[in-house]
Amino acid sequence: MAGLPFNHIGFNAHLSQERLMGVLCTNCGALFVPPRELCTTCYSTQMKWQALSGEGRLVGFTAIHVGLPAMAQEGYDMEHPYCSGVVKLSEGPAISAQIVGVDGAHPETIQVGMPLQAVFIQRSSDAERRIYLAFAPHADG
Amino acid sequence: MPERKLGRNAAVVGAGMSRFGAFPEKAGRDLFVEAFLDMRASVDRGLDPKAIEALYMGNFSSELFEHQGQSAPIMADWVGLTPRPATRVEDACASGGVALRQGILAIASGLHDVVLVGGVEKMTHLPIAQATDILATAADDLYETPAGFTFPGFYAAMATAYLSKFGPNLDAFMAVTIKNHQNGAANEKAHFQMTIEQVMQKARDRAASQGLVVSDWKDACDFLQDPAANPTIAYPLRLFDCSPISDGAAAVLLVAEELAGAFSDAPLYVIGSGQASDGAIHTRNGLTALNAARCAAKEAYDMAGVQPRDIKMAEVHDCFTIAEIIASEDLGFFDAGLGAAAVMSGSTLLEGSIPINTSGGLKAKGHPVGASGVAQVVEIWKQMRGEAGQRQITRDVGLALAHNVGGTGQTCAVHIFERR
Repeated sequence: MAGLPFNHIGFNAHLSQERLMGVLCTNCGALFVPPRELCTTCYSTQMKWQALSGEGRLVGFTAIHVGLPAMAQEGYDMEHPYCSGVVKLSEGPAISAQIVGVDGAHPETIQVGMPLQAVFIQRSSDAERRIYLAFAPHADG
Repeated sequence: MPERKLGRNAAVVGAGMSRFGAFPEKAGRDLFVEAFLDMRASVDRGLDPKAIEALYMGNFSSELFEHQGQSAPIMADWVGLTPRPATRVEDACASGGVALRQGILAIASGLHDVVLVGGVEKMTHLPIAQATDILATAADDLYETPAGFTFPGFYAAMATAYLSKFGPNLDAFMAVTIKNHQNGAANEKAHFQMTIEQVMQKARDRAASQGLVVSDWKDACDFLQDPAANPTIAYPLRLFDCSPISDGAAAVLLVAEELAGAFSDAPLYVIGSGQASDGAIHTRNGLTALNAARCAAKEAYDMAGVQPRDIKMAEVHDCFTIAEIIASEDLGFFDAGLGAAAVMSGSTLLEGSIPINTSGGLKAKGHPVGASGVAQVVEIWKQMRGEAGQRQITRDVGLALAHNVGGTGQTCAVHIFERR
């Protein structure tokens, strides 16, 4: 899949193969997640895909009771919140993602700083059967 | 960047707003007419609308809310300004503050002497889920929205990061709610004109009239801690931590500084203007401060040659209670992590050392997105001229600041005003 564009198309194509990928600037070494075609550190366009460990830590989170329409279609509602968060990857960059495997109804059990691992999920109401990035508590955490 | 000055300074010589709230009988343009008339009435020496040379309109999403693109010329037509140039400015919730800056720059450039700055949003006619979805388009649609984030969700994530890092409890958020509703109760233009105690009493009265169990809340905090009365929207933020969806418009008349006396007996001079941008929420070094706000504030303070401690009042972008606390730190009124303690101690009350959101803020005055940044100037206009009535700050207000944020901090505009 070397020819994938360094944008959301390529990012999502990698996710569909259950791979979390960033892009590395081969000129200056800057790493970007999500991917981008232009290095905004050195302005080179010499990018290559870089596999990521998928390990990270929770920077901030929320349990959303009044959700986006797409999430309501997943069955989430006032009594059944879902969690979203910002995750700082062990390689440095951070990304927004749904946080699964945690109890949004008891958010006091979720801790900023907790170790997480990337997981790849489908949303049942999504006709395209797209694979989404999510994070779950790290098995060793 | 080196310190910059404007080529020519601008003064505010009129400011007005529509009532904020839910007005099913009014389109966006009707709200703007209401604001325009209120602004015109505020010009001490009268305003011939023919003197206005250009219009800059802050508006977030007339397309999605009203199925109306190219709304600026319609606004110009409805207040009789055609064929003057009319330009719409869109930076989500910062549209109004950025439109104000465009008006200031138009005067600084020398091209225009008299500029009208407006802001408008018509939102309440849509179901809440649809309005929430439209607001979510201000997020990064490729990389934030797939995570499920709503706007309350983004600020809630900042809140959990803030609580984790600095350790205050949720009482600080409640203190913001109680203060801003207290101020809004004294603002005849506000969407919500009730203190939390009054909201609580109304809920009791309603329950009694319907033969339901009447809750025995002890006080406002007890009421706000009741999940039945104040449900969680996005943990840890509850309903009363969130600004409402509102209809409303605001208008500010700007003129070249040397013309101010021809329009107004007590003009406000714009002495500092700053604006900055930022990436999506996950691109930032932490979630407990907004770098765009800090950069915009620095630019505005440097231009004005003043310090945070010189500011006598501020209208800040409290789309959520946590946002007001972070803003009070980003603007340098309090050190990082101390904004929560400051609101708890009363420093930001009307009689405090730095009154914040005397209008009721977005929280109680309402948040018609594109109008909010312009309406902040309306409050500053009233307070600096001693026309704020029941909510008038009793100490002299010679220097004031407006802070308007777009999205979750992708845009911030900061302006500083002086009364001479």
